[in-house]
Amino acid sequence: MSVKEDILILAIESSCDETAASVVKNGREVLSNIISSQIELHTLYGGVVPEIASRKHIEKINQVIGEALEKADVTLKDITAIAVTYGPGLVGALLVGVSAAKAISFASGKPLIGVHHIEGHISANYIENKDLEPPFVCLVVSGGHTHLVVVKDYGVYEILGYTRDDAAGEAFDKVARAIGLGYPGGPKIDKLSKEGNPEAISFPRAKVGGSGYDFSFSGLKSAVLNYLNSCEMKGLEINKADVAASFQKAVIDVLVEHSLQAVKEYGLKRFAIAGGVASNSSLRAAMKEECAKREIEFYYPAPVLCTDNAAMIGAAGYYEYIRGVRSGYDLNAVPNLRLGER
Amino acid sequence: MQRGRNTGMRILALDSSGLVASAALVEDNVTVAEYTINYKKTHSQTLLPMLDEIRRMTELDLQTVDAIAIASGPGSFTGLRIGSATAKGLGFVLDIPIIPVPTVDSLAYNLYGSEKLICPLMDARRNQVYTGLYTFEGGELITIQPQCAVDISEIISRINSMGRDVIFLGDGVPIYMEKLEELVRTGFYLAPACCNRQRAACVAALGEKLYEQGKFQSAAEHAPDYLRLSQAERERNQKAHEAVGRG
Repeated sequence: MSVKEDILILAIESSCDETAASVVKNGREVLSNIISSQIELHTLYGGVVPEIASRKHIEKINQVIGEALEKADVTLKDITAIAVTYGPGLVGALLVGVSAAKAISFASGKPLIGVHHIEGHISANYIENKDLEPPFVCLVVSGGHTHLVVVKDYGVYEILGYTRDDAAGEAFDKVARAIGLGYPGGPKIDKLSKEGNPEAISFPRAKVGGSGYDFSFSGLKSAVLNYLNSCEMKGLEINKADVAASFQKAVIDVLVEHSLQAVKEYGLKRFAIAGGVASNSSLRAAMKEECAKREIEFYYPAPVLCTDNAAMIGAAGYYEYIRGVRSGYDLNAVPNLRLGER
Repeated sequence: MQRGRNTGMRILALDSSGLVASAALVEDNVTVAEYTINYKKTHSQTLLPMLDEIRRMTELDLQTVDAIAIASGPGSFTGLRIGSATAKGLGFVLDIPIIPVPTVDSLAYNLYGSEKLICPLMDARRNQVYTGLYTFEGGELITIQPQCAVDISEIISRINSMGRDVIFLGDGVPIYMEKLEELVRTGFYLAPACCNRQRAACVAALGEKLYEQGKFQSAAEHAPDYLRLSQAERERNQKAHEAVGRG
């Protein structure tokens, strides 16, 4: 009988405005999860500035990787493979992580695994929920992505729907800016909504022709901006909390409806959410309630695993490693990489 | 085999600051390997495979490399970061220092020994060039104008005021050829293909001199020297400046 050796993945993530590194054991156990956030810097500009993000990544990357190893109490020698996000994301930002990861792989002789950012978000659920295994339906919602996916097996995905225009988190950011809440919009709208009436204003629930699972949030965003304009023209005072709550409800209703429809259609009993917007408390509450009604197991990661982080890349990287996926030294950043593509 | 002075240093050098990607291994004042390409593929796809080729061809044990010299800017922001992140990753694993070599200086080093003026020109977009003015005296590189981002006509009028013959090189030359022909009043020459673009062996050779002067840093510390703020920062500073102006 052979003793199964632990597989340790050193994971690196730099697709947007967080420089992150992590050591993950056997895909499910996080030994370290270091995140250097640039959020305060980008707040000055009302959103992520790609060039500034890329510059910060290069300043921080070695410290963050060093800290991840140190915190995990391992050295590079103990690491089995290097995993890195190579898309989708900001190309300049991605390139910092990809270039560093390739050089580390090259100089250490450890295999390299390019990981899809969304696959990482989905895999955050494996860390949080040790019993979760495919197949399940996963809704990935963040500032850059809105994807409804059937996870058929580890590393095997079927995309059911995605956003035709703005990502859900992007709509949160834009509406937050319009009502003067600032960046990042998601947490601020979530908080203010608790003081507002979600039924106060009737905003549209966007339907998209073609795929029944696709999303569109730009119409909703415009409806909110039109509402604000018309109030201003009529000299009506705006109840920001009501706007926030009604907007948020309109987003959540669509997300819930599409997700549960997918779970039903595919005859699955498990449903997970992932991505930055998955920390939204009202979204979680609504999903939890609806899943409970239908006896669907509902999974969600802790907030720290919802935002961009490298632990999720380590989890995804582990399953890709097991499947035999290896990347070459010519691995490039692919800003619009599709899930399931290589 | 006749070799120059033996410093015993083994330097791996990278330059991905412009259109060229170049990697070299230099030791004891000899270029053991150099791989330079000027092709449409991105540096992200070429740089590390080139390094890997050098390692295999020269049976290099990376653990024996003493330092990494890198063209540290100015240049394409993304190109600089691909090189820097690669150097930082190598430095992290091998635990060796990084020698940041100013890009324009190392371009000038191509024309070692020239007593004419040397003027590298790199296209910097927005009607500017990354440039500088150099010459050699007694075998030493003398910097007359340190590397900077300026309008092409500005560096030409500087050359004209000095009244000395000049050699131009760099990827800015074909782009600004008409301007050079129109505005340069001194005798001027264009460096030939063997020495008119970035070469990692130049980065290594100049890097070794900088190393001797103690001009190196840890892999963690290293970041490119862009010579320019990001557009967002420039616009923000401009607004702040205008606000102050309005009082």
